[in-house]
Amino acid sequence: MSGIKTVGVVGSGTMGTGIAIVAVRAGFRTIVLDTREDALEHARGQAAAFLAKSVARGKLKEGRDVELMQQWKGTTSMRDMAECDVVIEAVFEDLKVKHDLFSKLDEICPEHTLFASNTSTISITEIAGGSGRPDRLAGMHFCLPAQLMKLVEMSAGLTTSEETFSTLWRFCEAMGQKPVRTRDTPGFILNYFLIPWHNDVINMIDQGVADPADIDIAVKTALGYPLGPLELLDMVGMDTQKLLSEAMHGLTNEPRAACPPLVKRMIGAGTLGRKTGAGFHTYESNKIFGA
Amino acid sequence: MGYQIIQCGDSSSFPYSHAFLEAASEQGDSLVLIGRDAGSGWLESAAASESAVFVAIELGMECLGEHIGEDDGPANAVGFARFRLGDDEPTKLVELVKKPYTDDSAIQAARAAFEAAGLVVAVCNDFPGRIINRLVRPYYNAALRRLDEGLASAADMDKTLCLGLGYPEGPISLLNRTGLHHHYAVTQALYEALGQEPYAPARRARVAWVRHNRENT
Repeated sequence: MSGIKTVGVVGSGTMGTGIAIVAVRAGFRTIVLDTREDALEHARGQAAAFLAKSVARGKLKEGRDVELMQQWKGTTSMRDMAECDVVIEAVFEDLKVKHDLFSKLDEICPEHTLFASNTSTISITEIAGGSGRPDRLAGMHFCLPAQLMKLVEMSAGLTTSEETFSTLWRFCEAMGQKPVRTRDTPGFILNYFLIPWHNDVINMIDQGVADPADIDIAVKTALGYPLGPLELLDMVGMDTQKLLSEAMHGLTNEPRAACPPLVKRMIGAGTLGRKTGAGFHTYESNKIFGA
Repeated sequence: MGYQIIQCGDSSSFPYSHAFLEAASEQGDSLVLIGRDAGSGWLESAAASESAVFVAIELGMECLGEHIGEDDGPANAVGFARFRLGDDEPTKLVELVKKPYTDDSAIQAARAAFEAAGLVVAVCNDFPGRIINRLVRPYYNAALRRLDEGLASAADMDKTLCLGLGYPEGPISLLNRTGLHHHYAVTQALYEALGQEPYAPARRARVAWVRHNRENT
């Protein structure tokens, strides 16, 4: 789209890599910033593998994956973000970490550069307040795995200008994503519902209502959901569920958002989910989506 | 093997013909009591059911223990209900309810009977709401409350949950299509049984209940 040509993504974890794949796949020059070279190499490898698989499946033309990866740049130097028209952060869910990051970006990036946060729980208004450019920052919450999921929850903070929001909205559509507008409230839509729902399921197991396999079968059969809640929780991981719950509960005091005791016991036992081979179910493979 | 059907009033699980009903036999050595008065029917036929391989009692919103006892009771008795949402047809899901004293052989025999008719069985203990209602009602109430609070439009809220989680239908559309007043009736019953605030009917559900009753009296 006109105006935005180069996209910066800060953080090359699972989410950051997915967002960067979305951007580069749509033809944007994409710069991925991380503090660790090995993480950047891993992200590049995952992106190249994903795009190659897209070619194999006929979703991209032969050779297009190689062309697209020429638009991908990994860097450990924040100075490189000066080339970006949009910077999307996908770093740790901590307000101070995000404020520090955006403050530095504000010094480096040109005036026209728009900022976006992929936060799932922290207020966009609060992040914008410490960013140095409160009128030019909005929320863009991608879903995991971003390279496969079209949904982006977009929210404007109290200080976000309408021009910023509409430009980022069009940019989101230009990446092939489907934006949905939500208010700047904790968890936006998806996590507001999903975190307590998952905690309810976990508590139900702890209360002895039913076993995980029966709950998953019941939910898939009765409601037509593609995944049982405990299958999904095993992908999310108990460690992440704990962080999400604590963040949501801290912001809302919503009792259903409080981290269930069983989550803490499972973390103590090392049964985090797919990544450790066992959670509510057991697994032989821990490959990520689309890899 | 086989089972007899004892009809005890209108059945929510089997409102009309189904392979499960057609497979019943008068010579069956198990009993399936269906209908809204299935619990009372069991009390009347308790002596005859003692030798059955399994006795399956259709449940509404009540607990199985109300019929067969809490800490001690017949080891061959289970409860069951096909999940259905409001005006929708019953789903394939059968929630099979057991007590701590229920024999595993009775559970497995009942499971086999339902599965042979193409139904899907999930076993649970005897708690209000069983599995699905216990889980979905707080979620539906939260969705209705957040709609009132302007989190997003109904369409955007539904779209987010469908796109983000692969749900076939969003909660607002689902509740409106299947009858919001039905949601009120179920969640109010669970609120009374559990005493937990998330089950308290959302304002929109209460309004739908009042309007439904006014239009149907």
